[in-house]
Amino acid sequence: MTRRRAALLVRIAVLAGLVLLLEICCRTGIIDPLTVIPPSDMVASMIEHVSSGDLDESITQTFSTIAIAFVLAIGLGTLGGALLHRWSRLRDIVDPLLASYYSVPTFIFYPLLVALLGLSKAPLVVLGVLSATPAVMISMLSGLDGVSPVLLKLARVQRLSPARTLWWIVLPEALPRLFSGFKLALSYALIGVIAGEFILSGTGLGYSISFAYQSFDNRGMYGLMLFVLLVAVIANGILYVWEGRLARRRSAG
Amino acid sequence: MSDLSLENSLSKRASRGRIRAFDTAVLTLLILALWQAIGSWTQGVAISPPFQTLAYLFDLFRTPMFWDNAWATLYAFVMAYVLSSLIGLGLGLIFGVHRFTGEVAEPILAGFYTIPKVTLYPVVLLIFGLGLSAKVAFGVMHGLVPMTLFTLGAVRSLSPVLIRTAKVLRLSPVRTMLWVLLPACLPDVVNGLRISFSLTMLGVLIGEMFSSQRGLGFLLVNGMAQHNVPLSTAVVLTIVVVAIAANTLMLRLGRQTAHRAN
Repeated sequence: MTRRRAALLVRIAVLAGLVLLLEICCRTGIIDPLTVIPPSDMVASMIEHVSSGDLDESITQTFSTIAIAFVLAIGLGTLGGALLHRWSRLRDIVDPLLASYYSVPTFIFYPLLVALLGLSKAPLVVLGVLSATPAVMISMLSGLDGVSPVLLKLARVQRLSPARTLWWIVLPEALPRLFSGFKLALSYALIGVIAGEFILSGTGLGYSISFAYQSFDNRGMYGLMLFVLLVAVIANGILYVWEGRLARRRSAG
Repeated sequence: MSDLSLENSLSKRASRGRIRAFDTAVLTLLILALWQAIGSWTQGVAISPPFQTLAYLFDLFRTPMFWDNAWATLYAFVMAYVLSSLIGLGLGLIFGVHRFTGEVAEPILAGFYTIPKVTLYPVVLLIFGLGLSAKVAFGVMHGLVPMTLFTLGAVRSLSPVLIRTAKVLRLSPVRTMLWVLLPACLPDVVNGLRISFSLTMLGVLIGEMFSSQRGLGFLLVNGMAQHNVPLSTAVVLTIVVVAIAANTLMLRLGRQTAHRAN
């Protein structure tokens, strides 16, 4: 525990040192302010932009898109995983697809999706779902595979109904692995949606960043960038802590 | 008796191979059917149907324009891939051997892995300027972290017996590295190389899609902008086939090395 704490302290010190170094380099002109602006300016610009209310629309647009994609991916992924687990023949057929799915940069389908669905929210949602669903599916499959046959036999001996077997036995057993799939799904949905907005879109935070870059508004660009990265880190961090807590409760109970 | 069981297992393996070939054929047909359905449902506005795309692709292969762009992508990709694998391997070994540094670095790396790095692309462009080096840097940004994390995990989970044996045999550090550490870590390193391959490719392609004048990513976005549907579909097909082929090859290689390590 003390070792972990020491590592944490060193980590914070290293990160703080890097930020400070960047600040000094920018202030003294070693790094051209046209390339990178000092971190303190980034924070100031982020606060200005977010509190001014200009971004409200982009923020709701982006995060609602991510939320829709995430929820859809979880629903489709758990359902698909359960179906594949049920019909092993189907699973044999789909297996090579799942194994090599993440080697294909899903992102290259985005231009085709835009052509198919128009420049709106729809292609972004589909892109997010496409990149997040297989992760949930794979983790659902491995979670269901991990349920030991003894427990299922126990359920049969106790004459549990299928719903109760699912709720009391299968779900608690599969949950840790399923949860790591959810975590991946969130970061994939986030990356997919923001990347899509960044490359080709008319709204959203990703678009705002690329717009600021193209109109040479460095200050605004860095502020927005910091905001997006902070939100991403916080969202992932919450799931990470939650997962740790689940694992601990499991090992305790 | 043993001959019989051998023959039996051989025929079993052959029939399993046949079933797998059948599955692959079914999957390919399903994907082609889906592709054809989307193509004809949208009447070729978004995606051109399979046969048309293949015909277009054969014509495209004969134009120097295509090869020019393909070489540009390949060149940037190979540079980024070599850089990210070598640096990742080095960092992973250091973080794995020196435990405390590893404990400090791992969460930072894992955090960097999950953020949307696309948003950082303008910074890369501002630092490296438009062109090859920005694409390469962006590819490295994507591919470096998984390579480092996989190598780190491999070194950390090595059984201590191996290192103790090397000590007992008084192997020099270089020989320990070459004869003990590297062979033992090889399966995980190959896995890292595989993941790093696809992410480096993603980084290079996104770089080309956002602002570049050459490369397959540029060709894809350009085809879209000019409403040249067969062109963008053909480019997507090329990338998908290359990615899947490389992944399958490296999966097989990884399985072989894991088999040998056991």
